[in-house]
Amino acid sequence: MSGATLERGMNAFREQMNAPIASFFSSCVNCGMCAEACLFYTETDDPKYTPINKLEPFRRVWEQEYTIWGKVKSMLGLTKPVTDELLAEWEELIYDGCTLCGRCSMVCPVGNDISYMIRRAREGFVAAGYAPEGIKGASRRAITIGSPMGVKYPALAAQIKHVEADTGLTIPVDVEGADYMALLSSMEIMNFPEYLEALARIFKQAGVSWTISSKAFEATNSGIQIGSSDIARELVSRVVSEAEKLKVKYVISPECGHAYTAIRWEGPNLIGRPYNFKVVHILELLDELRATGRIKTEGTEDDRLTFHDPCQIVRKGGVLEQPRNLLEMVTSDYVDMTDSREMNWCCGGGGGVSANERAEELRIKVFKRKKSQLDELNVDTLVTACANCRLIIEEGLEEYRMEMPVVGLTEMIAEHLVEDKE
Amino acid sequence: MSTPTDFLLWVRGPGFDIALVIFIIGVIIRLLEVLVLGRKPDQAEPRGGELGPGLRTVVTRTLPETGSFKRAPFTVIGGYIWHIGFFISLFLFVPHIELINATLGLIWPGIPSNLVDAVAAVTIVTLIAMLFSRLSHPVKRYLSGPEDYLTWLVTFLPMLTGYLAYHRMIDPYPLVLGLHILSVELLMVVFPFTKLMHAFTFIIARWYNGAMAGRRGVQS
Repeated sequence: MSGATLERGMNAFREQMNAPIASFFSSCVNCGMCAEACLFYTETDDPKYTPINKLEPFRRVWEQEYTIWGKVKSMLGLTKPVTDELLAEWEELIYDGCTLCGRCSMVCPVGNDISYMIRRAREGFVAAGYAPEGIKGASRRAITIGSPMGVKYPALAAQIKHVEADTGLTIPVDVEGADYMALLSSMEIMNFPEYLEALARIFKQAGVSWTISSKAFEATNSGIQIGSSDIARELVSRVVSEAEKLKVKYVISPECGHAYTAIRWEGPNLIGRPYNFKVVHILELLDELRATGRIKTEGTEDDRLTFHDPCQIVRKGGVLEQPRNLLEMVTSDYVDMTDSREMNWCCGGGGGVSANERAEELRIKVFKRKKSQLDELNVDTLVTACANCRLIIEEGLEEYRMEMPVVGLTEMIAEHLVEDKE
Repeated sequence: MSTPTDFLLWVRGPGFDIALVIFIIGVIIRLLEVLVLGRKPDQAEPRGGELGPGLRTVVTRTLPETGSFKRAPFTVIGGYIWHIGFFISLFLFVPHIELINATLGLIWPGIPSNLVDAVAAVTIVTLIAMLFSRLSHPVKRYLSGPEDYLTWLVTFLPMLTGYLAYHRMIDPYPLVLGLHILSVELLMVVFPFTKLMHAFTFIIARWYNGAMAGRRGVQS
């Protein structure tokens, strides 16, 4: 992030240009349909939040440098250049006004994957020095301390001790040759230690050989959010080298949306090679344990429940049916939201928005979308599988004075787990 | 080009040839500009295939997603009507088929001229309504620049002049027919340099969208 200049930004934009991006820009006819899929437009009615508009600086680079006609127009002075002023103005749109949720990519009539474009355009913004202070700070802490929230291993060790005392179980740390290495998000360590306890109990019961690494336990990746491949690569590399050192067969991505995108989909491309291990999302693993009969549950939740699909796990991650299979085990009155699965609406805090204090007012405003989805259903409890969504939704519910517990799916499964008594 | 007949002869002869060359070469260059950029091979272990989901998205994206359709029905329905009307007028009007047969040797059955006439009238009215929508809808007005209005105009003019020529509403006939052909040539010349290119590139865009989602196990 040091030495950021417009020139570096332009180079980063150029590095991100490829055939998909060029086909998307070539195809846009400004029909405006993407706006209707974006909560930042539907909840504000401000057309500047139209998804494709957030890409205007990147579009100019494409037109002026990657089309012959655009080059001619530039020579004749008929195009507008990309300037510091332009990037400064657009910074708010591309960071505060987009969670990379990818809903727009599902509705564009010509097929533009707009969130893919925004993820790439952020590379140019951050290289030119135009990224929100909040996400810059989180990235800095992730690189220097090892966690965007500044959580160091002693904090995790303390939580481990608590959980061990509460459950009488041992949480394996730095065990070489374990099958699974579990990652955690800082938010789970600090705000939702129930997750760690749930893992310990479920894995004990299912006989899963697992470990936590004291050196690479952090799953989140601020580099993905700010749009810096350099930062993202460094953070992914820490996990990869530790997983390969411990010779694990699998790395488990926790209940965190963008962590899954980072380690599962972007990671191998960032380090330039496939891993020597597989990455599974915790819900994939739990569903496998369920399907193979290694975990059983008893009793069901009496509450009327719904599930908030975290964008990066479901729409952008492909973990669609597993949460439903798991919910079916432990609920008796489950109902899907009107727009669910790959068409679910974002909580409003993904893609780095929750780390960006400046965006808070806007984030609360667009939460109205989730609120109206919930109002429609008349449910008692909301279940989700992303610590970030969970915190954002809790804040939103409080802001709009809605009383509703928000629960993580893994811990809900653990609550109903049939455990052998020793 | 002192008389309407001379004008008609020019637009049917050299004028058409020039426009056709610009159109074909322009479209090929624009498609190459996109495709030569390529993309890096994806190193992440795939959950699903690319080809099947990619091709499926090329087809399925023709239908709108329910929620956004409800929010913007006019854009969707208007879009369908004028696109379909435009293609019916272009490819199912018997004199057009005869022209294509004479130049390319391809032939297919047309539909009665009075039916094409009705379709053309609906298309023209819809195109005008779409223009009003672009000028008045907050999102579309905000997004639109000169190119959006230029592409509207060069799409609209062939429909309008074709309608005028069919009904012989301008005298003499060679003049209005010549204007019709000229407007088509204008469309062909503008086509490769503007977003009209979406008529070709949408297939590439939809394929990438579907393929990239398909790899992750999602049908987009």
